[in-house]
Amino acid sequence: MIHWIVAPVILPALLAPFIVLAARYHIGIQRVFSVAGVLALIGIALGLALQASDGTITLYQLGDWAAPFGIVLVADRLSTLMVLLTAVLSLFVLLYAIGSEWDNRGRHFHALFQFQIMGIMGAFLTGDLFNLFVFFEVLLIASYGLMIHAGGNARLRAGVQYVLFNLIGSTLFLFALGAIYAEAGTLNMADLAQRVTLIGAEATAGIRIAAVLLLLVFAIKAAVLPLHFWLPSSYAEAPAPVAALFAIMTKVGAYAIIRVYTMVFGPDLAVTEGLHTTWLLPAALASLAIGMLGILAARHLDRLVAFAVIGSMGMVMVAISLFTPTSIIAALYYMVHSTLAAAALFLITDLVRAGRADLRLTAQPVIAGAVPTSALFFAAAIAMAGLPPLSGFLGKLLVLDAAFESTSAAWIWGTVLISSLIAVVGFSRAGSTLFWKAKATEGAEDAEPATPPAMLSYVAVGGLIALIAAHTVFAGPATRYMTAISDQLFDPEPYIATVLETPGKLSEPTEGY
Amino acid sequence: MELLVASAIGVLTACGLYLTLRLRTFPVILGISLLTYAVNVFLFSSGRLTIGAPPILRDNIDSYADPLPQALVLTAIVISFGMTAVVVMIALGAFLGSDDDRINDPLDEESTGSGETQ
Repeated sequence: MIHWIVAPVILPALLAPFIVLAARYHIGIQRVFSVAGVLALIGIALGLALQASDGTITLYQLGDWAAPFGIVLVADRLSTLMVLLTAVLSLFVLLYAIGSEWDNRGRHFHALFQFQIMGIMGAFLTGDLFNLFVFFEVLLIASYGLMIHAGGNARLRAGVQYVLFNLIGSTLFLFALGAIYAEAGTLNMADLAQRVTLIGAEATAGIRIAAVLLLLVFAIKAAVLPLHFWLPSSYAEAPAPVAALFAIMTKVGAYAIIRVYTMVFGPDLAVTEGLHTTWLLPAALASLAIGMLGILAARHLDRLVAFAVIGSMGMVMVAISLFTPTSIIAALYYMVHSTLAAAALFLITDLVRAGRADLRLTAQPVIAGAVPTSALFFAAAIAMAGLPPLSGFLGKLLVLDAAFESTSAAWIWGTVLISSLIAVVGFSRAGSTLFWKAKATEGAEDAEPATPPAMLSYVAVGGLIALIAAHTVFAGPATRYMTAISDQLFDPEPYIATVLETPGKLSEPTEGY
Repeated sequence: MELLVASAIGVLTACGLYLTLRLRTFPVILGISLLTYAVNVFLFSSGRLTIGAPPILRDNIDSYADPLPQALVLTAIVISFGMTAVVVMIALGAFLGSDDDRINDPLDEESTGSGETQ
């Protein structure tokens, strides 16, 4: 049973080359295998989450080499939750890609999609910082291919920006890893957590620099201001299903911040004291404000959604940067909500494209399938703007509640509330321009009626909205589980003990050396 | 030797940073290559600079060369090599498609979001 933990990485890693090699010219076979793979992943992720739900920490030593010398995968509550979220999200994204024929507009969509899932799953499961870097690269290189899927000049140009920005991010990540290794002599997170506390107060310059560099890298991934510049263009120009899948990629950055800065550079550690409150919190508040202002300022629907992603990441980061157990609960709850809402909005953007010349927020003739599309947009906009009754509202309440005790509570409350208002205005302006003003606009007489999007596309988006609704209805059990996750995060001793004390192949010195 | 390695890393990083701040793809790609060289040397030296020391810890040996950074560097070299190849291909595609190798967003507001440039 212990081998199941490596399955979320191995399964897509085997499926992707199979799709490339064996089913290269048969889109039908590719679709079947891709969907079957993702369904199997959901099953495995559910199993892992169940296994971890009682607080068990499962360790997988690759090649049976014990940590800190070997590479380990670790499944605790947080990582299995993220794995499950990724698997569920990718099912709906895949259904949409199939329904809207996006997967057939270029080659190798399904193979790249599987590689992307492999990278994301690995990043969530690994217990080693260098391994985290490797999985970041796996998910990035797959995302480069997906980003420019189906080609086009605008997409390629946005792709160049995206790739270059991420290459700089990867270089920075390597600098951070080198600095950490030079200071602590290990890159295993559990081992690092123990060694960082041993560094004397007089020799902390190196480890401080390393901690800040690492935070910068994860902030690039999470698109925190001022490191968010890669996001609007690339998410807006990426194919819609790809942009929807990318909704989980910003969360990889948030996950890495939570993981590293609760376990390795914990909130009580003197070395990195003030890093969150002095630097991360203002940056998070600024990205929340800029994101929501961007919603109001955007002239294209796809840019609007991209800025909504920045804003909602800002909200997640505000909650994270408080680094109290209650704020982590709020951050996790909002993170799940924001992933689903952002993915739904990107898919709806693509639905709106049906029958429109472009995505400019101007009154144009009624789009094909306007009724269901506008209903879905309404629901997703409510969720993203954080209005009741959907989970965005509950998430925001949790964040505000967690900020109540903080010294910067006034700033947080002010920014969150005002930016929510701006977001509401921005979304209602966009929605009324797109769907209501369209009624008053006459189309050309001889225009061909556009075909409405396929049923499967609506099923995929509807499924995401239903998940958001379920996240709202079952907010009680969800927050209880997030509380359990937060408890586990703020008590890293069992994690560290599991990783370091499980014997491996060469734990006992053998004779003959 | 420390001074030599450290200043080499510094010079490479400085040149790389300068080039990545340019607006055309070619200097930026060159700059990123320089940055990756810098980080490779940096990673290599993160296991301390030792000369003539065995890479394996054995009995009766006081100083040994840390083999882990060398493994890390190998991984980093392979990844950065592949990434550079990818970015060259994408940049070439973008340049051939729009006859322009600037990497900032096109100024023309009409062109963004509509799927076509100029």
